Amino acid sequence: MWDYTEKVKDHFFHPRNVGDIENPDAVGEVGSLACGDALKLMLKVDKSKRIVDAKFKTFGCGSAIASASALTEMVRGKTLDEAAMITDNDIADYLDGLPEQKMHCSVMGREALEAAIANYKGVKIEKPVDEGIIVCKCFGVTDNKIAHEVREHKLTTIEQVTNFCKAGGGCRSCHPQIQAIIDEVWQKEKEKALVGKGAMPVKKLTNIQKIMMTQETVERVIRPILQADGGDIELIDVDGDRVMVSFRGSCAACSGSKVTLKSTVEAKLRELVADSLIVEEITA
Amino acid sequence: MKVVYADNNASTRVAPEVTETMMPYFGEYYGNPSSMHSFGGQVAKKIDVARQQVADILGADPSEIVFTSCGTESDNAAILGVLRAHPHKRHIVTSRVEHPAVYNLCKYLAQNGYHVTELGVDSQGMLNLNELSDAVREDTAIVSIMYANNETGVIFPIEEIGVIVKQKGSLLHTDAVQAVGKLPLNLAMSTIDLLTLSGHKLHAPKGIGALFIRKGTTCTPFIIGGHQEKNRRGGTENVPAIIGLGKACELAKKYLPDEHTFVKQARDKLESEIMKRAPDARVNGSQINRLPNTTNISFEFVEGEAILLLMNEKGICASSGSACTSGSLEPSHVLRAMGVPFTAVHGSIRLSLSRYNTMEEVDYIIEQIPPIIKRLREISPYGRK
Repeated sequence: MWDYTEKVKDHFFHPRNVGDIENPDAVGEVGSLACGDALKLMLKVDKSKRIVDAKFKTFGCGSAIASASALTEMVRGKTLDEAAMITDNDIADYLDGLPEQKMHCSVMGREALEAAIANYKGVKIEKPVDEGIIVCKCFGVTDNKIAHEVREHKLTTIEQVTNFCKAGGGCRSCHPQIQAIIDEVWQKEKEKALVGKGAMPVKKLTNIQKIMMTQETVERVIRPILQADGGDIELIDVDGDRVMVSFRGSCAACSGSKVTLKSTVEAKLRELVADSLIVEEITA
Repeated sequence: MKVVYADNNASTRVAPEVTETMMPYFGEYYGNPSSMHSFGGQVAKKIDVARQQVADILGADPSEIVFTSCGTESDNAAILGVLRAHPHKRHIVTSRVEHPAVYNLCKYLAQNGYHVTELGVDSQGMLNLNELSDAVREDTAIVSIMYANNETGVIFPIEEIGVIVKQKGSLLHTDAVQAVGKLPLNLAMSTIDLLTLSGHKLHAPKGIGALFIRKGTTCTPFIIGGHQEKNRRGGTENVPAIIGLGKACELAKKYLPDEHTFVKQARDKLESEIMKRAPDARVNGSQINRLPNTTNISFEFVEGEAILLLMNEKGICASSGSACTSGSLEPSHVLRAMGVPFTAVHGSIRLSLSRYNTMEEVDYIIEQIPPIIKRLREISPYGRK
């Protein structure tokens, strides 16, 4: 049974501002047919950068349509800067709340708005959440997006992550990776808090710390990413800042493995262990 | 508002005759069928009648019927019971389109030391019997393949499967929850060793099921307790529900021809008219080997939950394989196993009829669905302009 508020039902059964705007000043498109929901938001903006008209088209469930309808009502009459302040929670609040499993519908609304504003300004979104490594293959959700939702909404469980961005809702094979991202975000936040208080000054790692953290990062973060594509990696040795690894599985034969070495393995190790690390591939 | 119920693969109306038969056993006849006194004994006699009625619809012997609490319990009792009785055999064969009662049980067993072979299906939802034959090995304790699929209505050639399983020396369990009452069965002349049925899919109440265990099949009890059901299922009998299930089976046997005349005609009309009136739609699953009451239709460019919401507004009850209706965001594993594109899975609607539906109701659904699809497509950014 549906646990929708009267407001959600109203916006679903009588959606406001459905349709296309001719020559829109800004368009934001998110989602896809394969994901199960998609939203196209179109804006008309006047000289003072005020949104004078907003229309939408949505493919999705009842709350996706209601969220899009609510969003168009919310942005009308606002300046772009004012509209940019709207969060997914604001959209949910406007509808007197959304069921927990449907929070991703309001997230889709906010993302379409962000995309439309960026489109108007002709800029690329600073850290587009769509870039990064696809973690959830069923719904095409990246590690950046998951980390963003975890931080933004203070999520601590995989179920919550699924509610907010659908990641992990399909075949579930990415659950260990999602857990690793949650752990990583909160580990980092904890460290940041400690650093902020001056309790744990950033200090040089000892050799043994460096080796152990490298090993842990390879096991918990990097291997699941590569295994998702049928590949694997083995940590061979750590010598000072030199980390030596060997690819296994499909990575071993993959021509893109050099890119993976830098963009995934080295990037993750630098992020989570030490900036100074250099990763090298050892071939048998 | 009038309710048009087209979700009979989810649950069915309890037949008024069934309710009537059950009523005294909620009230005056409250004795325990296991008691020595005749006050309880008269209840035991009624259970015997019900057992005979269930056996009759299956073409089985009453001694082969064990009452359970539901289809899921019957499935668990069959699979776990056979595994426990054959501890040296660690392999199970099943399909990728089973009901969660079997599907998730097998997943659990695979995580707990058993080897599970999941057979895939083709785009029509059918199994490859050569693949099945290759999958059954010396250490295969049980093959569990459903009789008919709850989402698409596709019927598996269960007797042919049984012949293969017998040749390989294994046991065949079938979840026939959707088949009993819709298809003629004769277990006296069958290769099936264990069969699951559920009351609320054939106009009996919820909370009652049965498991057929062929005479001579070794199957360790699942619920261990008293001597009820000849030591095959402990626990005081759910007397009113058992008596209700018996009556429902008697009625189902009587009305079985209706399933292949009236119900089938109604379903065929429903399906062909909707397909005629709504463009960009497809029927999921084989239309040849199919239950007479079920149709599963995918509408491109729209999402199932939104369709159901609008149908609900018109009083029409149905189901969808869409991710948004699953409670877990997981789109139908059945349609995905058939290779139905994700886009079509999201817009899938299952309509399932029963002998209680009328042609007027069918006409009403035919009238209502196409405008609902059209309305949602006007909101959708996809599709033909």
